Amino acid sequence: MQKNFNGKLVKEWVIERCIYLSGIASIIFVGLIFIFLAKEGFSLFKTVSVSDFLLGQKWYPISTPAQFGILPLIVGSLYVTLGATIIAVPIGIASAVYIAEVAPVKTREILKSGIEVLAAIPSVVLGFIGMMTLVPWVKNTFHLPTGLTAFSGALMLAFMAMPTIVSIAEDALNAVPKRYKEAALALGATRWQAIWRVIFPAASSGILAAVMLGIGRVIGETMAVMMITGNAARIPNSLFEPVRTLTATVAAEMGETVRGSDHYFALFAIGIVLFIITFFINLIADLAVHRKLK
Amino acid sequence: MKKIFVFFVTIILATISWAGGNSIQIKGSDTMVNLGQAWAESYMQQHKDVLIAVTGGGSGTGIASLISGTCDIAESSRSMKKEEIAQAKTKGINPQEFTVGLDGIAVVVHPSNSVDKLTIDQLADIFTEKIKNWKEVGGKDASIVLLSREVNSGTHVYFKENVLRKGDFKSTAEFDSTALLMPSSQAIADEVAQNSNAIGYYGMGYISKAQKTIAVAKDAKNEYYTPTLENVVSGKYYISRPLFFYTNGDPQGLVKSFIDFVFGPAGQQIVKDTDFVPIK
Repeated sequence: MQKNFNGKLVKEWVIERCIYLSGIASIIFVGLIFIFLAKEGFSLFKTVSVSDFLLGQKWYPISTPAQFGILPLIVGSLYVTLGATIIAVPIGIASAVYIAEVAPVKTREILKSGIEVLAAIPSVVLGFIGMMTLVPWVKNTFHLPTGLTAFSGALMLAFMAMPTIVSIAEDALNAVPKRYKEAALALGATRWQAIWRVIFPAASSGILAAVMLGIGRVIGETMAVMMITGNAARIPNSLFEPVRTLTATVAAEMGETVRGSDHYFALFAIGIVLFIITFFINLIADLAVHRKLK
Repeated sequence: MKKIFVFFVTIILATISWAGGNSIQIKGSDTMVNLGQAWAESYMQQHKDVLIAVTGGGSGTGIASLISGTCDIAESSRSMKKEEIAQAKTKGINPQEFTVGLDGIAVVVHPSNSVDKLTIDQLADIFTEKIKNWKEVGGKDASIVLLSREVNSGTHVYFKENVLRKGDFKSTAEFDSTALLMPSSQAIADEVAQNSNAIGYYGMGYISKAQKTIAVAKDAKNEYYTPTLENVVSGKYYISRPLFFYTNGDPQGLVKSFIDFVFGPAGQQIVKDTDFVPIK
């Protein structure tokens, strides 16, 4: 009897430890990734100053002397991300409101599975479709010298951010207690007034989290932007010019760098910049969600 | 648990069998990966007991893996850099270079473009934005859209050194920052096919009817030549580059036998069949 009891305790202990390890595994991995990025990335700043790196306007990584200015890349990423956000957020939120509050049950199920399928399309496929259809359309419609522009990238990325925004915003809207809506309607509000004045504000922090996660998805996207934004490392004057993003630069150049060279370190330093940007976006999303819980 | 165990055992066994004597690992240039694959398949048909694995990733990737000792042959469409050779030496690797074929680099425009010949000087001026409009080289009044490969491409480096800088090591000419850096040769081909203002460059293998090939002359006094097999072999077409194999020291055993096959008549015929230029 005593033995059996001990056996149970041991089993309990082992399982508890295993679950604990699984629980903290992701944090350990994030930590290790950051240590690795930092170790490789900060080596760059022995030869290039931080301000030359962040504010330099010329990206000629394989020339002698090489120039590692990532300002055009940061601006390129911002243009594409902002463009995609402006397109995806209103449509995404409106679609979430429709699915959560307005649509009949059947339509809702069809729409939800449609959005899941959209989320499952690999980005390289979207990039390819964009290259074949969107790029010539943008060129001809806006009479541009080339259709490989920040705008094309923004439009394509808006499609990729949409599923994230819609599904999380929809969850947030569904989490609003039914009695809020019932009370509003009982007080004589129209359906639209109930949605806009009561449900929407109640779900606002969840919707903000949806938007931030959507932005996080866009800024980290690589393959599609590499295929359709033209990749010219120059600060654009408008959305209708080619841009080069941070992610596309790392993806395009990592395969060919000499290990341990300045170029190699510079790509890791870009990784640090991206890490910091996405970290802050996730932090804002997290804060928004926590505000809701209080 | 059992599945995981089986999985690991498989990996370990696979690694051991790879390290065994009857296999060759080839890694490197994306330009050459189809060529390498064709050689490997043909060689393996003659030698059933040999296993040759060919992977791409870029010339630099191949050279890096030669340096770290994880491949037997590195394919490269550029010669090794000084830093790479130095790095190899410190790891006890002694890179040996073989020129296994040639690749002519075609300059292409949209078929509707009236420009059909350019000199190297004009090309250099176009790609550095000194010439910005097609009318300056005899075409219509439209601004030129520059298409280039990414900096990880051996073709990009070759074009910069031999066209933009005209082989002058002191020159600091660069692709203009308005140049669109395309992720693949096919992406350049697609964009040129649909954009009447674009100019781009890529290996001869990608030439098709959807683009027009520009005839190139070394300078205005010389004749213009298109990148055909004969013109590249005879050296009349100016923009062509060697394709390399790198091995660690003098090749021996299986690697030597494979390289002999590559240099033999069957191997060089394969070079021709895959739209590159044989060296013999």
